[in-house]
Amino acid sequence: MVEERFVQGNEACALGAIAANCRFFAGYPITPSTEIAEQMSILLPKYGGSFVQMEDEIGSAGAIIGASWSGMKAMTATSGPGISLMQENIGYGFITETPIVIINVQRGSPSTGQPTMSAQADMMQVRWGSHGDYEPIALAPSSVQEFFDFTIKAFNLAEEYRVPVTVLADEVVGHMREKLIIPDKVDIVARKRPEKVNGQYLPFDAPEDGTTPMPAFGDGFNIHVTGLTHDERGYPDTNDPDTHNELVERLCNKVLMRRKDICSVKKENCDDADIVIVSCGSPYCSVGAAMKKAREEGIKVGSLKIDTPWPFPEEEIAEIAKTASDIIVPEMNLGQLVHEVERAAHGEANVHLIGKIGGILHKPDEIYDKIKEING
Amino acid sequence: MRTEVRIAGFGGQGVIMAGVIIGKAASLFDNKNAVQTQSYGPEARGGASRTEVVIDDEEIDYPKVTSPDILVAMSHEALIKYMGDLKDEGVLIIDPDMIVEEEIVDFVKEHKIKLYRAPATKTATEDVGLRIVANIVMIGAIVKVTEVVSVDAAKQAILDSVPKGTEDKNIQAFEAGYALL
Repeated sequence: MVEERFVQGNEACALGAIAANCRFFAGYPITPSTEIAEQMSILLPKYGGSFVQMEDEIGSAGAIIGASWSGMKAMTATSGPGISLMQENIGYGFITETPIVIINVQRGSPSTGQPTMSAQADMMQVRWGSHGDYEPIALAPSSVQEFFDFTIKAFNLAEEYRVPVTVLADEVVGHMREKLIIPDKVDIVARKRPEKVNGQYLPFDAPEDGTTPMPAFGDGFNIHVTGLTHDERGYPDTNDPDTHNELVERLCNKVLMRRKDICSVKKENCDDADIVIVSCGSPYCSVGAAMKKAREEGIKVGSLKIDTPWPFPEEEIAEIAKTASDIIVPEMNLGQLVHEVERAAHGEANVHLIGKIGGILHKPDEIYDKIKEING
Repeated sequence: MRTEVRIAGFGGQGVIMAGVIIGKAASLFDNKNAVQTQSYGPEARGGASRTEVVIDDEEIDYPKVTSPDILVAMSHEALIKYMGDLKDEGVLIIDPDMIVEEEIVDFVKEHKIKLYRAPATKTATEDVGLRIVANIVMIGAIVKVTEVVSVDAAKQAILDSVPKGTEDKNIQAFEAGYALL
């Protein structure tokens, strides 16, 4: 039965995780993500799952990687300071191709910054936070419903590509309450398990469709999981440049080659637009009113909302830049995603940042004022 | 039509719960769109606490209140802190026992504010016999004056939100508040 609830974004996230069959949560509660841990601690025992309050975020990321290799769908939730601590293990997740979901409810930064205030401070940390070359997947919700939907999608993408996936929320979407519609059935991607017998199965080879099946500890396969550069058996092979090349390029390409399948944007009024507002996450909430007000005055304004900041929707931005003269990027930071927009626009449109820090979401008029300034 | 409601008081009065109930009533039981947000600080009790609800027949993009149509004040400190951006000719509902009214006379006159007095704390304590339901009494008063949500929806949302075993007291509180104005 379809269920309707009036809940906070953070609660919707926990409900989405349960719906996606997440049965393991390890975390260290941190504002403004705490309600996710709280809800998971209430829900998981009811579904036969496990909740572990860890000693810190380093341990949390390690625990969910271990749980994933034990066959569980596993998640953690944190905010900027916790994400910083998790970076080493997140890199380990990438090189060992471990499906995990990390929820980052962003707050004012750097360091412990503003615990109770909103920000989009970690847009680039998700992309480059851990050392080395890798291609992350991240989803940014702008409503309570999206926080639920994107959490499910994050689990599905994690399984499909065998990668850590981040849901990049923020304090605004984490704490606001809205109606959430929980469908009676959600599409879930089950983990692909090896069909071959032990001895023939290679846990890190490169099949045609990109993702190698993954066994669980205890399934009877002799496998080795390491953060060192490894061959297709998982055995360390750290001095051969070819092994490293093949491994890291495959890790990147399995996401990059299918970028079009992963990238998701929502376009409104873009066809005739001279000015397009490119937003991601909560700032999208302020776009609609600004666009409407400008349209009423005859200014042709459109909106492109980025659901997946990573991999970055390059083609979609390039396409917009060809038809629009100006692109406005409202961000709750001093300019992060705007650099990607500029890069993708190839100088074909003028890119304007509305960077805002301090913890308060842009007001629609702040975007409208920029539209007026550009329109002259 | 977009209606913006702000309820303010001190931490511990249940103002956030009041906002959640009104949002829930509009969203789940009146079939409108609603977004509830709240001030979110380190203080648990005392200090000014605030919740905001936006209600609209149409889809709501911007979730925050910019200038409320309805302001409800359950403490003097919160009233002074949050009344500044109340719309001209807007509705102001106060708990008179918690407010120093002389301090707002000029503001009310200047901005043609429609002022209502709902002694929610006194009613909760004396009539219902339970001081902690003052927030539910206030919901009754809000619904009576503003019709921002229907009576049925408000009652259903209250029943959906309060702890089991306290339903009767809370409905009694709502009705006592509804009868105040």
